[in-house]
Amino acid sequence: MEYEAVIGLEVHVQLLTESKMFCGCSAKFGAEPNTQACPVCLGFPGVLPVLNRKAVEFAIRMALAVEGEVQPFCVFARKSYFYPDLPKGYQISQYELPLCIGGYIEIETDGGKKRVGITRIHLEEDAGKLVHEEAYVEAGTSLFDGNRCGVPLLEIVSEPDIRNPKEAHDYLVRLRQLVMYLGICDGNMEEGSIRCDANVSVRPKGSKELGTKTEVKNMNSFRNVQRALEAEISRQIRVLEAGGKIEQETLLWDPEREVVEPMRSKEFAHDYRYFPDPDLVPLYIENEWIEKVRSELPELPWRRKERFVAELGLPEYDSEVLTSERETADYFEDVVASGVPPKAASNWVMGEVLRVLKEERVGMDAFRKRIGPDRLAELIKLVQAGTVSGSIAKKVFEEMRTDPSSPKEIVEKKGLAQISDEVELSRIVDDVLSEHPQEVERYRAGKVQLLGFFVGQVMKKTRGKANPKLVNRLIREKLG
Amino acid sequence: MAVTLEDVEKVAYLARLKLSGEKGRFISQLNRILDYIAQLEELDTGGVPPTSHVLPLKNVFREDEARPSVPREELMANAPAEHMGYFKVPRAIE
Amino acid sequence: MELWELSAYELSARIRNGELRAKDLVFSVLQRIREMEPLIHAYISLDEEGALRKAEEVDARVARGEKVGALAGVPVAVKDNICIKGGRTTCASKILENFVSPYDATVIEKLKAADVVLLGKTNLDEFAMGSSTENSYFGPTRNPHDQERVPGGSSGGSAAALAAGEAVLALGSDTGGSIRQPASFCGVVGLKPTYGRVSRYGLVAFASSLDQIGPMARNVRDTALLLKVISGYDPKDSTSAPVDVPDFTGVLDEGIEGIRIGLPREYFAEGLDDEVRERVMEAVDLLEGEGAEIVEVSLPHTKYAIATYYIIAPAEASSNLARYDGVKYGFRAEGEDLYQMYCNTRGQGFGEEVKRRIMLGTYTLSAGYYEAYYLKALKVRTLIKQDFDEAFKTCDLLATPTSPTVAFRLGEKVADPLTMYLSDVYTVSVNLAGLPGISVPCGSSDGLPVGLQLIGRPFDEETLLRVAYVVEGSLKGRSEP
Repeated sequence: MEYEAVIGLEVHVQLLTESKMFCGCSAKFGAEPNTQACPVCLGFPGVLPVLNRKAVEFAIRMALAVEGEVQPFCVFARKSYFYPDLPKGYQISQYELPLCIGGYIEIETDGGKKRVGITRIHLEEDAGKLVHEEAYVEAGTSLFDGNRCGVPLLEIVSEPDIRNPKEAHDYLVRLRQLVMYLGICDGNMEEGSIRCDANVSVRPKGSKELGTKTEVKNMNSFRNVQRALEAEISRQIRVLEAGGKIEQETLLWDPEREVVEPMRSKEFAHDYRYFPDPDLVPLYIENEWIEKVRSELPELPWRRKERFVAELGLPEYDSEVLTSERETADYFEDVVASGVPPKAASNWVMGEVLRVLKEERVGMDAFRKRIGPDRLAELIKLVQAGTVSGSIAKKVFEEMRTDPSSPKEIVEKKGLAQISDEVELSRIVDDVLSEHPQEVERYRAGKVQLLGFFVGQVMKKTRGKANPKLVNRLIREKLG
Repeated sequence: MAVTLEDVEKVAYLARLKLSGEKGRFISQLNRILDYIAQLEELDTGGVPPTSHVLPLKNVFREDEARPSVPREELMANAPAEHMGYFKVPRAIE
Repeated sequence: MELWELSAYELSARIRNGELRAKDLVFSVLQRIREMEPLIHAYISLDEEGALRKAEEVDARVARGEKVGALAGVPVAVKDNICIKGGRTTCASKILENFVSPYDATVIEKLKAADVVLLGKTNLDEFAMGSSTENSYFGPTRNPHDQERVPGGSSGGSAAALAAGEAVLALGSDTGGSIRQPASFCGVVGLKPTYGRVSRYGLVAFASSLDQIGPMARNVRDTALLLKVISGYDPKDSTSAPVDVPDFTGVLDEGIEGIRIGLPREYFAEGLDDEVRERVMEAVDLLEGEGAEIVEVSLPHTKYAIATYYIIAPAEASSNLARYDGVKYGFRAEGEDLYQMYCNTRGQGFGEEVKRRIMLGTYTLSAGYYEAYYLKALKVRTLIKQDFDEAFKTCDLLATPTSPTVAFRLGEKVADPLTMYLSDVYTVSVNLAGLPGISVPCGSSDGLPVGLQLIGRPFDEETLLRVAYVVEGSLKGRSEP
């Protein structure tokens, strides 16, 4: 029998705020354990939470970007369970009244564009970190670090619209691209800035009924998501084929062994006892606020891509690459704005600029500080004006990586300007021709391929600076 | 809606309370209290909005500014067990 | 008169103008504490050294002619569920027996800014859950008027300290009557402010939507002075109200001519002790004689208040007390694994009443019961609040007994939780509706104090204090400063 999977994703996105959701501790990653924690985020007796305005604004941004409905009224609820990484014994989250309902994210499939629906988006606080496996952990113990406690998260719950692991992967790629565009998340998967759980079931293809679903956790990279889902889907199919039944359970992906395994069995009988948090007052998100956030939204990646194709005449492929990250697209547009034709700008950004970013493992922000778009534009203009050739321009670009001078200055300093003086070039061509009488004979006898040889000799004499077009013409004329 | 021994055990599990001598007393006491509370059932509250907050407060925020945290020695001065700057607990996974 | 007997307003005036050394006052109160504490047990911890240091500091600043705070040098006792940095905050629980707070509650910051002398931390029912101060891990407090009787609760330590002369002012907290009822039992004044008037930051939460810190004192003017110092919007408490703080003492001498006082008939029904009723009605007559207009009103949902309260308060408490898990601070009992550590820590760390309420609250919030209990209670809470809104259309405040009886005997109600809960009948509605309430002494029955409760409109503590001041003046006679 042929099966089809039904997948819904719950994605936790760590918001890029300076401070935590309910206290002023820094939300930055990577500090020494328990140095970014305080009585509030560690749930000391008597403390109270006060909501970070920025976290709410970021949530509204996300809601608008996926065309979800920002709810006019929402409340925070307590979700109760005991675990050492949860200092208050409850997590402040949203339950019955989330911040956003509805919306979608569009992905490309073989069958064309597909919308994956979003059920809801809500705000909640992160738990802390438990360390079990490191060498310094004593046997029989775990260690708790509260630095991450209270960092703001957005939970984005999708509809069960995803049909295979590839779609799940593409949805996550789109989602990551979006939150980075919106400036609400750094997108760093290794540091856990985006985390994903999945609800998975399978059913005979064509069936409308839903099978029993399992929850798969701990898939902390795009690749892991795809592999874990593949593993779980085939596991479920194997069980059904063998006449078994799928049990509703939570499974953990083990990326080393590439298997899904049931979570500890003691976690039975969850009863989260949600109720409205009496320490926090309700949110009434007024239209004015929503409209203000809307007016400040950046152009979304897919819109920008369409615009690059339609208005700048770029190929689809260039547009996709350039818009994959907002900073790249911004840089590209700044180059164009400095008066460079879009395709020339695109070639340089996709070629040299992205190569350097990759080589040096630096971000666009850092790169921009060294080679600003105006400086790159100046260089491209030198090529177009014929001041330097394309290959000399690449040499100039290499210099620009360490030399803050203008491209023009570099060209002058290094004597890289193209020789376009016809009288001077004519003299050099004459020299070359007289130095190689045999080749001149053979050319005249019909071996026209030798043109390249002559050009090469001229370039050698001028250390590459001769205007190649002019050199070609002169040689042809003199031998013709 | 009488509370049984099983209910008390389930609730004690959820609340992480080890009960010993109280267990029997709690069954009868909780039943008495819940019986008393049951008088609310006679009230028709259809259409009555719930009051979670007595004050009509809304949209209380702090601005997103990070301030220094509490020194770790102070924060962990009350810790029942610690190790290398972490709070130490019995192993939390199998 | 001994220094410890005097009022805060008189003492602070004399200290500030250099007539009296704060250190002498502290010595007087500490001496009194040494005499009375073995009999009363009002305190869990004392900070004699800190108190003397602060007194010396105040004296030195006065001597140098520097400005000092509004209550400079006045010894204040603080209920031990309010955090003071560097000292123990136990909540009268084994689970926090050795907990040292790394921060000051907002009210403590305000008291420090007013230059009071913090004497120590007073006894209470564990986590403020109780009406007798018998549920304390450190043993009960006794009523100074009759040591065989309870001082009321849960702020029994603060009330008893004032009544015994072991403090000049005190802070209590009130979730269902925990300031007013012990004030009534001990013959002192206690005020529960409007919800949101005083910051809850640093008050160890029992039931967050009901808790308020409030002032306790031996007279109404001192109560007003202390209220003024601790009130005000606090950005650390999202439920704190952005309202101005009036000078609560300014209105005390205005009299009560034309004020309309409502008597809710449900508060004078069955279960009210006859003598308590008589004392309360005498006070009401007296107020009428001073020019108040007395009207009868009805609060028809009063009979549902206890049930509503005993759903909401334990539910919130079960959640608020989940943080005591032996991980970050407080008592930990070892266990063979994590689950056993939790269960043993909480099983051994909490006393029986606290466990009972955690059980009750966990049950009513658990799957399948939320709507029938918690949500239902929130709706009835709306009805109870509407009763008051309705009543305040025809009167400016309400007058009722604070408690149906005078102080009961130690051990009398311990065996029967529900009976204990029912004694909160006149006080819990005020918390459910978030209103201000004050208990002021209005005579005695067999030598035991009786309290008159006045309930006001939201943020109208001034009217309560004005009327209470008249009751006090008429019954006691008054020696003005």
